[in-house]
Amino acid sequence: MSVVPSFEATPEQRELLVIYNRADRIFRRIVTSGALTSLILLGLIGTFLFVRSAQIFNDRGLRFITGSNWTAGSGDGVIPDDFSIGPMLTGTILVSVIALVIAMPIAICGALYIEFYAAARLRKLLSTLLDLAAAIPSLIFGLWGVVLFTSFGERWSIFLNSRLGWVPFIKVQAEVFGRSPFVAGCVLASLITPIITSVSREVFSRTPRDLIDTCYALGSTRWGSIKTVVLPFGRSGVIGGAMLGLGRALGETVAVYLLLNIVFRYNFRILESEGGNIASLIALKFGEATEYELKALVAAGFVLFLLTLVVNMVAATIVEKSTRRK
Amino acid sequence: MVQDSQTSVATVSASQTTATAVRGLETKNVHAWFGKHHVLSDVSLQFPERTVTGLIGPSGCGKSTFIRLLNRMHEFIPSAAMAGQVLQDGQDIYAPDVDAAAIRLKIGMVFQKPNPFPAMNIRENVLSGIKLAHLKVADHDAIVESCLTRAGLWKEVKDRLTATGGSLSGGQQQRLCIARSLAVEPNVLLMDEPCSALDPGSTLRIEETIKELAEKIAVVIVTHNMQQAARVSDFCAFFLTDGGPGYLVEADATKKLFTNPRDTRTADYVQGKFG
Repeated sequence: MSVVPSFEATPEQRELLVIYNRADRIFRRIVTSGALTSLILLGLIGTFLFVRSAQIFNDRGLRFITGSNWTAGSGDGVIPDDFSIGPMLTGTILVSVIALVIAMPIAICGALYIEFYAAARLRKLLSTLLDLAAAIPSLIFGLWGVVLFTSFGERWSIFLNSRLGWVPFIKVQAEVFGRSPFVAGCVLASLITPIITSVSREVFSRTPRDLIDTCYALGSTRWGSIKTVVLPFGRSGVIGGAMLGLGRALGETVAVYLLLNIVFRYNFRILESEGGNIASLIALKFGEATEYELKALVAAGFVLFLLTLVVNMVAATIVEKSTRRK
Repeated sequence: MVQDSQTSVATVSASQTTATAVRGLETKNVHAWFGKHHVLSDVSLQFPERTVTGLIGPSGCGKSTFIRLLNRMHEFIPSAAMAGQVLQDGQDIYAPDVDAAAIRLKIGMVFQKPNPFPAMNIRENVLSGIKLAHLKVADHDAIVESCLTRAGLWKEVKDRLTATGGSLSGGQQQRLCIARSLAVEPNVLLMDEPCSALDPGSTLRIEETIKELAEKIAVVIVTHNMQQAARVSDFCAFFLTDGGPGYLVEADATKKLFTNPRDTRTADYVQGKFG
């Protein structure tokens, strides 16, 4: 005799209770407070910056971002205060993008070499050195970069100008090179390449081995399997690494401060000897700022803070989208 | 059945080596090492075309190492080394002037875990090998249909070729992987425990596929499932290890190996007394 289940009577559903025991309760509190701490810190920083700079945004509105002057007034009202960060904001983005454009191909190629081409012992050595390099303070990189790239960068700039001078953003007005956004970008690129390489190598190394083997078993070359399996698999991680690097580049102070002639004029010609970014502006003006100017500097910091938040959110969205497609 | 069931595949007589080369795959005195660790010793076997050969034996006896030697996948493991010869239609695939990628194109492989390329849909998965090896093919649709048909999957997926491979069941995914291997038209298909992650229904379906494939090509299959070896293979090779390197105990027609083996250890193993 067969049993036919009855679906007519619907039993009352029971509540599924989760009861944590003592150890779990304590541990849960510890980890929760850890998670909250970073959130609270972020909130406090944001609030501090906003409160301290509210007056500036109130006084100047959007002009603070779009204007292109940074003039401290005479104090008696004859020459009014005029603070805005337009050129520094575009300069921040320009220098960081240059750095990223230079660093990304180097980092991806380097990571692929270490993971898929280098001999086993060399691979260990290289990845250790790379992690070390990623931990070097940016100040050291800045000083080193300034010494090295002022001479190299000038030669590269002359070369770029002679070959690609017809491209609008590479053209220069006067043939004076060095101390340009391009050279600053080169220094930043060398600063962020190790961290991007390190993160990329890590994600590439997690590619499922059997997928790579499958490519080989289909008669693929090493490059073929990298293109088919490794790069799609590692894409979101590489973007994540790039965003870490971009975060460092956006906030980088010393290298830009030492390298660029900080000039308050919109400049998109990357070989022109003028530029600047928000962080270097703050470093330059902070020491002798009036009380009102100080607020303007904090406001500039607030804009930088928002910029990095937006960049990271965009990155997170890209990462999420590219992983969801799988 | 083309092959005479009495032919022993294990012993290579002197006359055979000097006379006509075996159509299909053949190994001569193959050894394998990982570093200083000797894992496989002196295996000589033949895999003629239009046959299915099962490789059986307990875990750790070198079956997987051996099958990866057959299409030069062995060398991807760091510190891997080998000795002996693997001949495809009489040509040594480890000869210095041989392009390993070209060898793997002709000797395909299906892995234990179904692994369609995650970033590709069903159709792209089938065609992936053609793209990877830069083969010139006139009619892609025809390839997709014929390969999926041979792998026994066409009827189930013909209306959703643009769905991702991951949307299929485990058994369907494995058949997709078989179709993917077939698209580059290999002469030999190596299968390393292709059904161990699948349910019995899918397993039977894949065994039918294997038999159909063997009408054209040579199939070599590693399996831990004695019934599967008995059902699907024409010849069987029994591997064993005594703690040292794995070695070949005996190889024969499957029927003979399962009913009247020469070695008592073979009899014990196929009857499930150990392993």
